[in-house]
Amino acid sequence: MSKFLRFSSLTKKIIMAFAGGFLMVFLPVHLGINFFILPITENHQDIFRDAVHFMTTFPLIKVMEIVLIAAFIIHLLYGFILQVQNWVARPVRYKKEGWSHTSFFSKFMIHTGVIITIFLVIHFMNFYFVRLGLTSPPEGPYRVADDHDFYFMAVNLFTNKTYSIVYIVLLVLLGFHLNHAFQSAFQSLGLTHSKYTPYIKAIGDIYSIVVPLGFILIPLYFLIYY
Amino acid sequence: MDLKLKIWRQENAKAKGRFETYHVTNISPDCSFLEMLDILNESLVDKFEMPIAFEHDCREGICGTCSLYINGRPHGPDAGITVCQMHMRRFKDGSTIVIEPWRARSFPVLRDLMIDRTAFDEIIQAGGYISIATGNAPDAHALPVPKNKADLAMDAAACIGCGACVAACKNASAMLFVSAKVAQLALLPQGRPEAARRVQAMVAKMDELGFGNCTNTYACEAECPKEIKITNIALMNREFFAAKVCSQKEMAGTSGAG
Repeated sequence: MSKFLRFSSLTKKIIMAFAGGFLMVFLPVHLGINFFILPITENHQDIFRDAVHFMTTFPLIKVMEIVLIAAFIIHLLYGFILQVQNWVARPVRYKKEGWSHTSFFSKFMIHTGVIITIFLVIHFMNFYFVRLGLTSPPEGPYRVADDHDFYFMAVNLFTNKTYSIVYIVLLVLLGFHLNHAFQSAFQSLGLTHSKYTPYIKAIGDIYSIVVPLGFILIPLYFLIYY
Repeated sequence: MDLKLKIWRQENAKAKGRFETYHVTNISPDCSFLEMLDILNESLVDKFEMPIAFEHDCREGICGTCSLYINGRPHGPDAGITVCQMHMRRFKDGSTIVIEPWRARSFPVLRDLMIDRTAFDEIIQAGGYISIATGNAPDAHALPVPKNKADLAMDAAACIGCGACVAACKNASAMLFVSAKVAQLALLPQGRPEAARRVQAMVAKMDELGFGNCTNTYACEAECPKEIKITNIALMNREFFAAKVCSQKEMAGTSGAG
């Protein structure tokens, strides 16, 4: 643990960038499967169930699951350690501060990060821990067949209006987090280039809008049609 | 111009400190900001009061001594200049100006608006140099350097070490300063052989002195009076990463943080 803390500031940032980068690769995969909650094809329920089955049983994915959880924990832990160090670095605040032109969302990474973490715990309790047999599946108008029936677990949650609205707000906050995160990861890894950096920033902007928007479409559908 | 000034007063490094309000009148708009403070100090001396301590030296934007945090921005509202280069016409007549010292754990306040920037010297001493004599400036054609590299090194070398980057950063991080010093040497052939050792030693010293971490907020770049680019930070990250991953261990006797 002490070695973990004693890593240099730059090493911590590089680890943050790699862990965060891995999470950003995972998100579109998650979204791709989530889309099949919506009736986009006739057998969308079957496709969704097959995808969930694949994601929970395929050996390579099981390995990636461990990597993913490790990435979450490392990203959280270092995010927190770095933030505490940053607060300590300025014990006396300015009377009048914050007029500099900055990357706006970067100022709220800890706040959006903490809120996303809280949501993730709820998210895990609703799905992942159910599979592990630690929590009971979310209740709602539909009967959840077994602890692998993620489809009706999701439908039960989204038919709850409060849950859907909170989910949408959280995804907007996730978008704010990602907007800074995407280009920041490249900067932390030193991957800047006069030619490519503008494209990285543009792709980051698009990513931070499209991915959360994709996730938002699902509760939106339930809010409108249920 | 008539102005209301809210200035941080602190007797010494240990004192608590507080804001004092002063009124200055009949200030010429063509007066420089530091001259305005000189006028205020003259009036304080006339009243047998202690003048306000603030740092200044060349007053032409090249020494990096002046260090005032004005209305929420280091070196005041203008971009690409130091406090000493700013004129009072930049402010509205009758307005209130809040003047604070740089705030960072590694830059303790010595008195009023004066801070101790020894931390920067210590970072330079940790590795911001070439440890052999490289002689006088060589003939222009003796050691060819690509034009773009020379330009980038020159831009990085423009850093005057004033500490505005630390003051502007919400984390009080010294990354822009350290990266400028790392970059100016790493880009040139004389500095190249020691680049891996240098970046590790300087970063380790920076951490040790208690500066914050970079969160890529880029306030430093926005406030730097010499407009040092954050691409230098990326270069330093690259150098550091490469040094950690690819370089052989050569820091015998010194303890680089892992």
